[in-house]
Amino acid sequence: MNRLTKTALTTALVSGLMLSFGATAESELTGKVVGQSRFFSHSGADPRQADNQLSLALEAVWYSSWNDDMDSVVFKPFFRFDSEDDERQHGDIRELFWLHVGDGWELRTGINKVYWGVTESQHLVDVINQTDRIESVDGEQKLGQPMVHLSLLKDWGTIDAFVLPGFREPRFASAEGRFRPPLPIADHDSQFESSAGNGHVDFALRWSHTIEDWDVGLSYFDGTNRDADFIPTVIPQDGVSQLVLTPYYAQMQQFGVDVQATIESWLWKFEAIYRDTDVESFTSVTAGFEYTIVGIFDSVWDLGLLTEYQFDQRDDLIIVPGQNDLFFGSRIAFNDEDGSELLIGVVQDLDDSGSRSGLLEASSRINDNWKWRVDAWFFQTDEANDISYSLRRDDFVQLSLEYYF
Amino acid sequence: MLKMKKLASLLVATTLLGGLFAPGLMAQTSQEKGLEIAQQRKAHDLGWGDSVATTTMLLRNQNGDESLRKMRLKSLEVTDDGDKGLTIFDQPRDVKGTAFLNFSHANKPDDQWLYLPALKRVKRISSRNKSGPFMGSEFSYEDLSSFEIAKYRHNFLRDEAINGEDSFVVEQIPTDKNSGYTKMLVWIDKSHYRVHKVDFYDRKRTLLKTLKFEDYKLYLDKYWRSQLMKMVNHQTGKSTDFATQKLTFKTGLTDKDFNKATLKRAR
Repeated sequence: MNRLTKTALTTALVSGLMLSFGATAESELTGKVVGQSRFFSHSGADPRQADNQLSLALEAVWYSSWNDDMDSVVFKPFFRFDSEDDERQHGDIRELFWLHVGDGWELRTGINKVYWGVTESQHLVDVINQTDRIESVDGEQKLGQPMVHLSLLKDWGTIDAFVLPGFREPRFASAEGRFRPPLPIADHDSQFESSAGNGHVDFALRWSHTIEDWDVGLSYFDGTNRDADFIPTVIPQDGVSQLVLTPYYAQMQQFGVDVQATIESWLWKFEAIYRDTDVESFTSVTAGFEYTIVGIFDSVWDLGLLTEYQFDQRDDLIIVPGQNDLFFGSRIAFNDEDGSELLIGVVQDLDDSGSRSGLLEASSRINDNWKWRVDAWFFQTDEANDISYSLRRDDFVQLSLEYYF
Repeated sequence: MLKMKKLASLLVATTLLGGLFAPGLMAQTSQEKGLEIAQQRKAHDLGWGDSVATTTMLLRNQNGDESLRKMRLKSLEVTDDGDKGLTIFDQPRDVKGTAFLNFSHANKPDDQWLYLPALKRVKRISSRNKSGPFMGSEFSYEDLSSFEIAKYRHNFLRDEAINGEDSFVVEQIPTDKNSGYTKMLVWIDKSHYRVHKVDFYDRKRTLLKTLKFEDYKLYLDKYWRSQLMKMVNHQTGKSTDFATQKLTFKTGLTDKDFNKATLKRAR
């Protein structure tokens, strides 16, 4: 965190200096406040776990540009207040970076978020940012990552090169929180393969290009594994020995491929990674399609049908979610003035017919500033070794009211 | 010798063709006249280069409830193909920062990408959905894409005055089977080849929408642009007013300003 603060301060200082040289800077402040209520359908597997949860999240974006938009700074802080889970009451600097645009190149320095990939049901190649594990069930919220990111825009594609100083350790739910294994995770005592600990400097390289109907990306990452291995450890606590899970972060090298073919109403999607650590080497794949039917039932609604197959070479049920699983989803865009949308999806384990999870996401505008959102998840399994077993009593419905400013 | 031969065959061909199409020379067919008007319309709008516009859309439903959209549009003229466009959404607030990149094409489906700022994700999307509403409005994607001759078959119907201007009424029949329309009736004035009105007919061949172009303004002494486009949906009673607040040409945009990287940092 100390290192992160330093990086953040440096960025702020550099941008401040640049700003003072700029002739006319244009700035704007936008953001959102989200009030959220979660209702769990069952009492927790651990009696300490809460049955419902209230929270309030704030995300602001301050943007300033100068030098005819060739230079700009973004600052995006985030904070959540939570009624039950101390670990879920947290803050993060999602973004604080300076962007300079040159002729055929772009340089981003500071804390930022980067997205790679094409599939919907899981995001294998997307490896730059650590997942904010207490923020998102679907893994789509990320922690801000310090980086120097150079993009070269060429006729033959885009090259992105990254130097990533420092690793963001994720926090996991506290004893009162949901979505956690039965044993507490000692996330403040993480172990690292690298002697530099969470200060290891990672590198990444990506080539991406559009060739007619094809969008293609090849990526390489060398550094701290964003996924932890959990080591059962006995630690003394209040004079009693307690069994906890200690996160262990290995060093890894990962090759990634992502491809999308956009042909008529079909989006064909493919992502694959090969990851090598001192613990294991494996391949993992997500492949499928999204097919959209325009104007169903003689209306202006669009119906999207999604199917993705998830494969992972590893046999370890405890840590691997998409091993031999099939995702089916359906997305309806109502194309109304409120931008109403509905997404439903199910992931079925093909090795174990009793294991599946499902989600529903619905949202619509109330007016120009307000929006409502409903998210619901269910988790089913009778296999005690499956990763979702610890979530089997965590089915929930979440209501959000969002205010945008 | 070779030249002579070529000349001879050319002469023969011309004579033959002339003979075949002699009646056509006397009386131009409605298709020929329609195509000629379309070519004139296109020719009158060549060479504008690039533009940046600040626009709004005012959506009105059958109860009179209104909702406002704000967008900025960057456009680049592409010779021999469709134009390139980058649209940045400012309002409604929840979609602020969302950006849309479009490479339109005359003879094949457009290439389209969407930037979603919450995930910082660029997503290639299917342009098959050209008939769908744009931002919940009465404009569809195809209504907003650039005019290309090859997108339609053109038939001249009649002369008619509109807004005090002598005009052609031309029937445009979309060549793309994915179009939401079976035909469009277009009123084009004879003085500057500006479009004044379009009637859109849906797949059941009934009148669906009418678009009226108002407040034409002249830019760079050559290019006429309507500052207010009013679309009315006759079947639902909804309407959308597309207004241009500010429009600047020749801003220096080039091909380099229209790609996935610029989409990601569009503000």
